[in-house]
Amino acid sequence: MAVTVTTVPGPVSGSRTFISKLREGDEIARIITFVFAASVVLVTLLLVFELWHGSALPRHKFGLHFFATSVWSPNEGEFGALPFIYGTLVTAFISLAIAVPLGIGAAIFLAELAPQNISDTLQFFIDLLAAVPSVIYGLFGVFIIVPLMREYIEPFLKATLGFLPIFQGPSYGIGFLTAGLVLVIMVIPYIVSVSREVLLSVPRDQREAALALGSTHWESTWNVVVPFARTGIMGSIFLALARALGETMAVTMVIGNTPTISASLFSPGYSIAAVIANEFSEATGDLYLQSLIELGLVLFILTFILNGLARILIIVTAQRGSEMGRT
Amino acid sequence: MKKLAGLLLVVLVGAGAVWAQGALLINGAGASFPYPIYSKWFGEYHKKFSNLEINYQSVGSGAGIRQITEGTVDFGASDGPMNDDQLKAYSDKHGSGILHFPTVLGAAVPTYNIPGLTAELNFTPEALAGIFLGRITKWNDPAIASANKGVSLPAADIVVVHRADGSGTTYIWTDYLSKVSPDWKSKVGTNTSVNWPVGLGGKGNEGVTGQIKNTPNSVGYVELIYAVQNKVPYGTVKNSSGAFIKADLASVTAAAAGAAKSMPDDFRVSITDAPGKTAYPISSFTWLLIPSKFTDTAKRDALKGFIKWAITDGQAYAEDLSYAKLPKEVVAKELKAIDKIQ
Repeated sequence: MAVTVTTVPGPVSGSRTFISKLREGDEIARIITFVFAASVVLVTLLLVFELWHGSALPRHKFGLHFFATSVWSPNEGEFGALPFIYGTLVTAFISLAIAVPLGIGAAIFLAELAPQNISDTLQFFIDLLAAVPSVIYGLFGVFIIVPLMREYIEPFLKATLGFLPIFQGPSYGIGFLTAGLVLVIMVIPYIVSVSREVLLSVPRDQREAALALGSTHWESTWNVVVPFARTGIMGSIFLALARALGETMAVTMVIGNTPTISASLFSPGYSIAAVIANEFSEATGDLYLQSLIELGLVLFILTFILNGLARILIIVTAQRGSEMGRT
Repeated sequence: MKKLAGLLLVVLVGAGAVWAQGALLINGAGASFPYPIYSKWFGEYHKKFSNLEINYQSVGSGAGIRQITEGTVDFGASDGPMNDDQLKAYSDKHGSGILHFPTVLGAAVPTYNIPGLTAELNFTPEALAGIFLGRITKWNDPAIASANKGVSLPAADIVVVHRADGSGTTYIWTDYLSKVSPDWKSKVGTNTSVNWPVGLGGKGNEGVTGQIKNTPNSVGYVELIYAVQNKVPYGTVKNSSGAFIKADLASVTAAAAGAAKSMPDDFRVSITDAPGKTAYPISSFTWLLIPSKFTDTAKRDALKGFIKWAITDGQAYAEDLSYAKLPKEVVAKELKAIDKIQ
């Protein structure tokens, strides 16, 4: 007991006994909060264990082959994750490619250029967008974006940029591009909200210093404020990425739910989260069910890797930022 | 009057005796297709026997089979019968069997969207198999046109839409295609979800319908009840006697009656492409999965009573909810089979 007391860092002296600490609540608070913190780790570990344990059959049967085959045939007992991984990554990439410039641009306007009351009003609407359930975005996709894509956007892209393989093939209105566009609407609020907060928290001296050196308003924003907030903005992008990777309902409603790998963005596809949601309840047979669980594991690993990369990127940019500051 | 009073007394005493034991709770899980009628039945039955409460989770046929095999529920329900492997898995674990009891019938219907076309389309088995295999790619293909004389079909590409989620409707549809097309049977087969040769996937009946409404020159299939209740137009299908039949409650029941003569004792039968002049060929039973041995005799007797009621008096509720009723022959056979539950 005494050992525990001495290892506890804090301003209090060692003369107080463990019991008296307990009575005053310090030790109780420490234990309770420690249990809470540990439970997060525990849940994560349990999740990985369950996914690993629950997918033993396909892991042994297919091995790494699972990641390389594109056949998904419950009747023949053949399961490959490749088209689902492809669909998940492609839709997430499309959504970020559009949402990042749009979202950061909007955040800069709201934080730096817009009058306070307009900024606050717009922020209210953006927060509202973030709170809309994903099925609503799915319906919006089915009834508005899909017909628009089929009738106008896809024919237009074919006519103008049709020489690119990504804009070829029949247009059904659904597919990778449509799913990506629906995701854009869903992830933009995250990027805008978080980036705006980060930009607003940039110290006032930074701006004033830049202005004092003769920068224009835009130069001070672009060259000083945005680089200062880079780490936080990066964080908002990875929050958006996480949402894009895991989104199920809205994606399944517009992606076409066909496990194909196609260079064309007009082609119907499938994502990991969508296939799990669609097929889990009616999956008969252990191999089928466990293959779906392994897909869950794949999604977990994918998120883990991308988050790891994000961390590295943030650390690297933060270092470069501080070096730039010194020179 | 005296008789009635006597009966009342018996019922009251009986009810009192059971009530004294406390309410009996039975749990089931499985198919979502029959959920509306099952919940109606459980509600009505509870009104008759207030001491008995049946809970049903509509989690899907696959999950129903899994849960009954794991023993987490008292009975299961499925749109497709359990196969031999699944039955073996159950008997290995529990040392007894599973009995299948058909309760009502459902059907899958072909629905389509061809701009400007108002006529009802006729589909031959060859045309349906060809379209879903991706061999027939244009609407004016002779295989479709020959069954639709006088209808001007466009030279447009056919867009196939199928269910993306695992479902009993897909099971019926693929079971039918497997029967009428050897190619389908060897290449794709029958299941709640399959490796589709062509087409887009929609989630649920509403997803398929939405996709078809949205996509010109598309064709797909939905559950009959959904089509009727939402006024989705659908085509006729040529049955084994060569007649083009539009699916409705009568033609689905006729398919079951046609299959009743060759009904196996365990009721695990597919009635797609059934014989009979008026039979709609893409029909199927939906089943309750009941363990053949119960350790809890109170549950056993209550379930036996319920099944008996559901397939006789309970059938009166079926048509209001757009389910096709069981034919008499099947009911008679099932009433005998109830005694097998021990």
